[in-house]
Amino acid sequence: MTSTTITSAAPKGSQSGVLGDLAVSATGLRKDFGSVHAVRGIDLEIRQGEIVAFLGPNGAGKTTTIDMILGLSEPTAGSVTVFGQTPRSAIAHGLVAAVMQTAGLLKDISVRETLELTGSLFVHHASVDSVIKRAGISDIGDRKVNKCSGGQQQRLRFAMALLSDPELLILDEPTTGMDVAGRRDFWAAIRQDATRGRTILFATHYLEEADEYADRIILVRQGRIVADGTAAQIKAMAAGRTVRATVPSATSRVLEGVPGADSIELRGETVLIRSKDSDAVARYLLTQTDARDLEIESRGIEDAFLALTSDAEDEPSTDTPEEPT
Amino acid sequence: MTTAAETAYTARAERRVPPMGGLNPTLLRIELLRVLRNRRTMIFTLIMPAAFYLIFGVGQSYANQNAGRGNVAAYIMISMAAYGAMIASTGGGAMVATERAQGWSRQLRLTPLSPAIYVFVKLLTAMLLGALAVLVVFVIGVFTMAQMDTVGLWVSTALIAWAGSLVFAAFGLFMGYLLPSENVMQIIGPGLAILAFAGGLFVPLEDGSTLQKIAQFTPMYGISSLANAPLTGDTLQWTWVVNVAAWLILFAGGAIWRFRKDTARV
Repeated sequence: MTSTTITSAAPKGSQSGVLGDLAVSATGLRKDFGSVHAVRGIDLEIRQGEIVAFLGPNGAGKTTTIDMILGLSEPTAGSVTVFGQTPRSAIAHGLVAAVMQTAGLLKDISVRETLELTGSLFVHHASVDSVIKRAGISDIGDRKVNKCSGGQQQRLRFAMALLSDPELLILDEPTTGMDVAGRRDFWAAIRQDATRGRTILFATHYLEEADEYADRIILVRQGRIVADGTAAQIKAMAAGRTVRATVPSATSRVLEGVPGADSIELRGETVLIRSKDSDAVARYLLTQTDARDLEIESRGIEDAFLALTSDAEDEPSTDTPEEPT
Repeated sequence: MTTAAETAYTARAERRVPPMGGLNPTLLRIELLRVLRNRRTMIFTLIMPAAFYLIFGVGQSYANQNAGRGNVAAYIMISMAAYGAMIASTGGGAMVATERAQGWSRQLRLTPLSPAIYVFVKLLTAMLLGALAVLVVFVIGVFTMAQMDTVGLWVSTALIAWAGSLVFAAFGLFMGYLLPSENVMQIIGPGLAILAFAGGLFVPLEDGSTLQKIAQFTPMYGISSLANAPLTGDTLQWTWVVNVAAWLILFAGGAIWRFRKDTARV
């Protein structure tokens, strides 16, 4: 198993009156579509108040997992609870709401009518005016849904999700198809809302989004969690650096003493050492060997993300966060 | 970090599941508005049957001929009302196809609305639209050539024509769940026209003809015969009732079957 939990992000203060229960708890979640194993065993705990990014390439199983958390599909194996209840019960109680890529809107009614209709289905719901304002669509309340741009429709979905004042908000690739400005505005609205302490789980394949908006990033690849930690931790564990130097005396014996090396490659006199502590490696090479022409290359965060989620190799080799023992 | 004042959620204890699966007046109002605002629906369910009545009923030389307890215009009025109700209720039921294609039914799964109530609302909307279709043709009938001996005949024929359209509301739902298409009515529209002919709505079926023998097994035949019987004075035949019941069971069963499959999958 390649799953690596670094340290889970600390919960953001305990929420009043609802101490103890987890927003989401999934164990051994699996989902097969015929012979396709979309989700291959996900264990997941999300505490209240956390803002969690579900990060992974397309086809990693993000949406399938979210569908199961929302009760839109039944797991092939494993179980999931939301606030200690079945997903369906959590939805019926208005505890969880979602902005889904796959869910649609009625084209023949207005923005306001869509919200009135959705709100009417909940026992307690925020006023249509307040959610319209919070989602930043006050100016298009009377517009027919089919006259709204993709970004406006997405904000409408966000407003719909706010109606039940949910404790957990799930967003599945919420900014897909938006331009840069639209994306920024959308996140500004979400962020403003999140200051109230709402638990947020969002799926994305944009690393920057996860980096910028989440306290905790869960990396998924091929239906499994491959890493789980804060943005800084994920970056650190994935990023690493490569130290390159010319070491005329290089032998495997000389290089054995290099501290903190993840991998060592010898090409003639050139040594390539991958490490999370490039300083220690460089210091060792320069002081303990006859190394010269030393260079330190940092891998871009995009490369790091690709390395962690790449489907090219069956098992990723770069996700060992701690010092190799 | 957040403070207690900012995290004023709706209290857990106040979060309740809505009664009656989420059924409420706002939902019904908006669903009805959607139907009434749809120009295509209005043309096919209200204007066309009324126009057919005026063309084939009022405008013809046989309009005032005796048809039993009223005249031929009344007979055509009843047939066109049944036709309108048929189109209206099929279309109302078939709306689920559009809503599934648009992903709306999936969106509703993120709300407390129960899938059974969703179907019930579709059925109710379909039947209300069907009632409107009957009403429009009958009101025009009252002010034109149609004539029946008693008020009771007007009421009973209208009610039967309307109630029979339940068969087609179920048919619409069945097709709506079967065909994942936004244009489901364009697919089943020609079929409905054939069923209307087979039901004798446009041209009376000659008794004992081969066509009539086949037609009596089609779903509009029973409804059409039952709706016209009070006017014509024909004795009630149990085959008509069996026809309506059998098709209702078949279509409703099909709709339930597909509906269950759909809610398991979505």
